[in-house]
Amino acid sequence: MELLSFGDTGWGDELFLATLMTIAVSIAAMAIGFLFALIFTPLKLSKKKSLNIIGNCYTTIIRGVPELLVIYLLFFGGTGAAMYVASIFGHDGYIEINAFITGALAIGIISGAYSTEVFRGAILSIDKGQFEASKVLGIKKNIQFYKIILPQMLRLSIPNLSNVWQITLKDTSLISVTGLVEIMRQSYIAAGSTRDPLFFYSVAAVLYLMLTFLSMKLINKLEIKYNKGY
Amino acid sequence: MDIKLMISIFPDLLSGAVITLQLLVSSMFFGLIIGLIFAILRINKNPIINKFAYGYSYFFRGTPLLVQLYLIYYGLANIELLRNSFFWVIIKEPYWCAIIAFSLNTGAYTSEILRSAFQTIKKGYIEAAQSLGVTKKITFYRIQLPIAVKQSLPAYGNEIILMLKGTSLASVITIMDLMGEARKVNVLTFKPFEAFITAGIIYLFITFIIHNIIKYLERKYGFQT
Repeated sequence: MELLSFGDTGWGDELFLATLMTIAVSIAAMAIGFLFALIFTPLKLSKKKSLNIIGNCYTTIIRGVPELLVIYLLFFGGTGAAMYVASIFGHDGYIEINAFITGALAIGIISGAYSTEVFRGAILSIDKGQFEASKVLGIKKNIQFYKIILPQMLRLSIPNLSNVWQITLKDTSLISVTGLVEIMRQSYIAAGSTRDPLFFYSVAAVLYLMLTFLSMKLINKLEIKYNKGY
Repeated sequence: MDIKLMISIFPDLLSGAVITLQLLVSSMFFGLIIGLIFAILRINKNPIINKFAYGYSYFFRGTPLLVQLYLIYYGLANIELLRNSFFWVIIKEPYWCAIIAFSLNTGAYTSEILRSAFQTIKKGYIEAAQSLGVTKKITFYRIQLPIAVKQSLPAYGNEIILMLKGTSLASVITIMDLMGEARKVNVLTFKPFEAFITAGIIYLFITFIIHNIIKYLERKYGFQT
């Protein structure tokens, strides 16, 4: 227990900050994922074949390759690409992209693919009559989307989005390979310097369990709140 | 993009893919056994057995696979008792550690899939078997189990693909699977795009084959209601 004390002697404060980092990366990744989903869901539902193929390629490829591969590709590839772009503008030398940004972006791309599938399913489960009724009433397409489809879509997708959130939260542990100090990385450092991996990885497991448990409680509350009228 | 490099590293990556498939097949095999045992424990009416099985699946589904892998690879080696026992032969090998971690992980997910399949079996089937005087054991093996297996095929197919992606973590504990080979190429040539995109294509190809096998099985043996 002494190992977990706050201050210079223990790893308590470091692990606490690392937990906050995990939460921050997860939320950032989830938000980036939403952006991707909002772009790709209409593409997947589009009646145009070419747009459809783009949407399907995104979800199929991302869900078919390992998460680690996406992270490595962005981490190693991103640095090279940034240096290439910089060299065009006359800046030579090594550029390192922030680990937080690459990590959040990589996990965001992955969680976006899952969110896209969730949103697509939710929109497809909205009754067709609502689209027709709003059309008959002469409601414009974008107002129809923002005022009628979007609110229902969000409500319908809460249960599945909670799964996506859990996956995203667990995927952030993979960013540790790029050196971002979140729970996994901090436990790795602590385990290395105290030579007690069993203890620190158990602590990491407990921290992750706590995060998943608490977020489940929170999401359940949200679900009850938004299902009140039904 | 250097197509020549991509072709030249292809054989190396394929040899890594063989390791990946080995890891996948053995962990799916052990995972299925573990999953089946825990699914049966989950539908047991005894609350202690029930809670134990729930705790198992809660732990392995609530923590990242990487934590589980590190706990087994680095953590178990820390226990003096284990280090002196004959288990050490298994635990000191990263390959076996990976298989243990993956099996336990996929076992937890498989138990959830099978449990929900068991619970959706109509009560009428079991009652009909009872009234015909079929013993409990035969009811389980001949009626409940086949229906549950058929019903869980689509979800199990997803689990196989998730596990295929999970095996890439083996590269973190020094196993030269497909991901490990790709990392090696990246380190040696400083060409991340070529290395990881080629690996990605092989992963996608394996995913595609698994997907189609499951689709075929579903069509052939799928549960029609």
